[in-house]
Amino acid sequence: MARLNLFLPLVLFVALVLLLARGLKLDPQVLPSALIDKPMPQFRLPALGADKLLSRESIIGEPVLLNVWATWCISCRVEHPWLQRLAAVGVPIVGLNYKDQEQAALDWLQQLGDPYRLTIVDAEGSLGLDLGVYGAPETYLLDAGGVVRYRHTGIFDEVVWRQRIEPLYRQMLAAAAAGG
Amino acid sequence: MIPELGHLALIIALCMALSLALLPLWGSWRNHYHAMSMAPSLALGMCVFTALSFTALALAFVGDDFSVALVANHSNRLLPGAFKFSAVWGNHEGSLLLWVLVLSLWTSAVALFSTQLPLPVLARVLSVMGFISVGFLLFSLFTSNPFLRTLPAIPTEGNDLNPLLQDIGLVIHPPVLYMGYVGFSVAFAFAIAALLGGRLDASWARWSRPWTNTAWAFLSLGIMLGSWWAYYELGWGGWWFWDPVENASFMPWLAGTALVHSLAVTEKRGLFKSWTLLLAILTFSLSLLGTFLVRSGVLTSVHAFASDPSRGVFILLFLALVVGGSLTLYALRAPALQSRIRFAVLSRESLLLFNNLVFLVATLTVLFGTLFPLLMDALGQGKYSVGPPYFNIVFLPLMAVAMPMMGLGPISRWKQDSAQRWRRELLLPMAAALVVGALFPSLYQGSFNPAATLAVVLSSWLLLSMLKDCFVRTRSARGFIAGVRRQPLGYYGMMCAHLGFAVCVLGVVLTSQYAVEKDLKMSPGEQFELAGYRFQFDELAAVEGPNYLAEEGRFSVHREGLPPFKLSPQKRRYLASGQIMTEAAIDAGVFRDIFIALGEPIGEHAWAVRLHYKPFVRWIWGGAILIAFGGFLSVTDRRYRRAVRSGASASVLVEHGPA
Repeated sequence: MARLNLFLPLVLFVALVLLLARGLKLDPQVLPSALIDKPMPQFRLPALGADKLLSRESIIGEPVLLNVWATWCISCRVEHPWLQRLAAVGVPIVGLNYKDQEQAALDWLQQLGDPYRLTIVDAEGSLGLDLGVYGAPETYLLDAGGVVRYRHTGIFDEVVWRQRIEPLYRQMLAAAAAGG
Repeated sequence: MIPELGHLALIIALCMALSLALLPLWGSWRNHYHAMSMAPSLALGMCVFTALSFTALALAFVGDDFSVALVANHSNRLLPGAFKFSAVWGNHEGSLLLWVLVLSLWTSAVALFSTQLPLPVLARVLSVMGFISVGFLLFSLFTSNPFLRTLPAIPTEGNDLNPLLQDIGLVIHPPVLYMGYVGFSVAFAFAIAALLGGRLDASWARWSRPWTNTAWAFLSLGIMLGSWWAYYELGWGGWWFWDPVENASFMPWLAGTALVHSLAVTEKRGLFKSWTLLLAILTFSLSLLGTFLVRSGVLTSVHAFASDPSRGVFILLFLALVVGGSLTLYALRAPALQSRIRFAVLSRESLLLFNNLVFLVATLTVLFGTLFPLLMDALGQGKYSVGPPYFNIVFLPLMAVAMPMMGLGPISRWKQDSAQRWRRELLLPMAAALVVGALFPSLYQGSFNPAATLAVVLSSWLLLSMLKDCFVRTRSARGFIAGVRRQPLGYYGMMCAHLGFAVCVLGVVLTSQYAVEKDLKMSPGEQFELAGYRFQFDELAAVEGPNYLAEEGRFSVHREGLPPFKLSPQKRRYLASGQIMTEAAIDAGVFRDIFIALGEPIGEHAWAVRLHYKPFVRWIWGGAILIAFGGFLSVTDRRYRRAVRSGASASVLVEHGPA
């Protein structure tokens, strides 16, 4: 009986290994947004490089990607060329310049190209807070009614687009075409 | 050419590790003298070739050889020389090579300094360490080869080392930390060798104790360096975040603390044999688990390495093999019967058992908190993150109940002690501690604070009871000096470590209770008063560093009756990566730190500025240094060298019998 007790650490360890093995299959980077299937929050923030205020209504009306970026974010530089390519084929992208300096952001777009229809300036991160932004870059997919349908954290590239976002986006376009 | 030679050296090291894992172990089983006596030379050979391989990688970094992918990704021509060298371990592949190097250094240290051990024991110990080396060398070669080339398109410039890591703290933190982490493999190897050999008396505890204390001291120092680095480099003024990576090094320390104490009981009294074996296995398993958590990407953390599923699978398999194998061996061979050696409820044995209980519960608590997000995710319960509130709530009370016992520990007697004697010896220290606690608020001119008062009472109790113990021990000698000299160095090591613990507790509690901080907007010319100090923002200047440009805020800090001093926090932009870094400016003092960090610019001239007044924060690291010093001091005790010799001569006869 006393001998059996000595097996206890081994049993606990086996349970731990099973948990860790399961953990390898999970991705801690996948963060579900509290806003999935909820409407995009209202906001009143300035537009980058233009003297006007933007609100929720300025960006909705058709399925659109909302890309959170900043000049201090290295991964944003990595995903930038892909955004350029998507914009070139006509996918509407709205930028959310997150906790950044306005001049630095303008310089960045001048140097690297501007894939955004509009860029919202969120210098204090207030809209980011409402959206539950974890860090830049993040990319959200909004439908024509302004409802958040998908959230991706980290670098947004062709693989993410093809596997996760494009199918949803195509569905929305089809729905919009059928409805309209 | 040199990187290829480094790769080759690593492969040769693997061959030697493989021979070391197999031949001496086979020899000890078949009682084959020559196979066993190969162990030390194989250990040294493995160490030499690992060191050659490490040197090759270091040469590639120092010589800006961007044809090596690792160098191209983690270094840069503009990087100062010292950081080019430390960039070797500023990434997953290189730090893994450092891990292997440290392991081979420990292995050869055992080979060199344990010649008095019975040969079969030495052969088994080195074989076990060889086996661990095989695992990590395979890991390095197959999943994380540091010598991969970027041929044919060689970049002309590297991507630069993460600016956070360009710091003196990061030059020394990983090697010291790994010395501790990996050093527990020696205690583990001794435990496994004892289980394999079937000789489970106190001798293995005596042999492994100095090694364990050394590793534990290194780990204390390593954790302290990490905390100090986080404090001044991350720019938040925090010094401990309960981050999974910090926990990964803290869990082996907690288990190691239990092990260090439990080994004392096993060595001196022959008690807790199975328990100590289990702790030795547990401590090193937690080191391995930490490696898994940091390098597999199962948990999110600020400073985890880039993850790769194949690496996670490899370490998990290795972990399962090593820990599963050793726990099976433990279950089959550890002594299951109750020891016939008795001890009373009031005795040093009980107090040390209590210590073990506290530190084991603390270890499991931290382990649970660290793995909880993973557990909930695996059960489909959604995403959780466990933060400081959980750890503080469960951890601080544990330490608070440990400290009264720590005061009793040194003065207590083995086997049987009496409450009456404790009362006689310790009533005075206890009363004095309460008085100090009562006086503290008026001495410190702060308001009454229950947590701070409790910490002051407990720390003074610890200190005063140790002084009393010192007095008791020396009073029978002819004079005080003679009495002091008569005590073994191991005793002073223990005193020093306990004193360090008290200092550290004071630092932790007083900093958290009395720190004042303020985030505010300041423009040059403005001033602000905080905790009796007047902070004046003098000017803003542009500064050029070797590989960065910075905006520097120049502040002067005034306090009545003291000369003003200048502090210049910076906001740096590193040229190669464009990363922005906050460089805090700190005026360090024994009783307080003044800490200024620049936040973001607001408008034309104004900046968000963070001002901190942190009393007693240095005591945290000062205490940790004392703890580490105590650990090192205990190892220099003459007793060990003598003990090893007499243990060896006594055991030769036994060892050739049933083994």
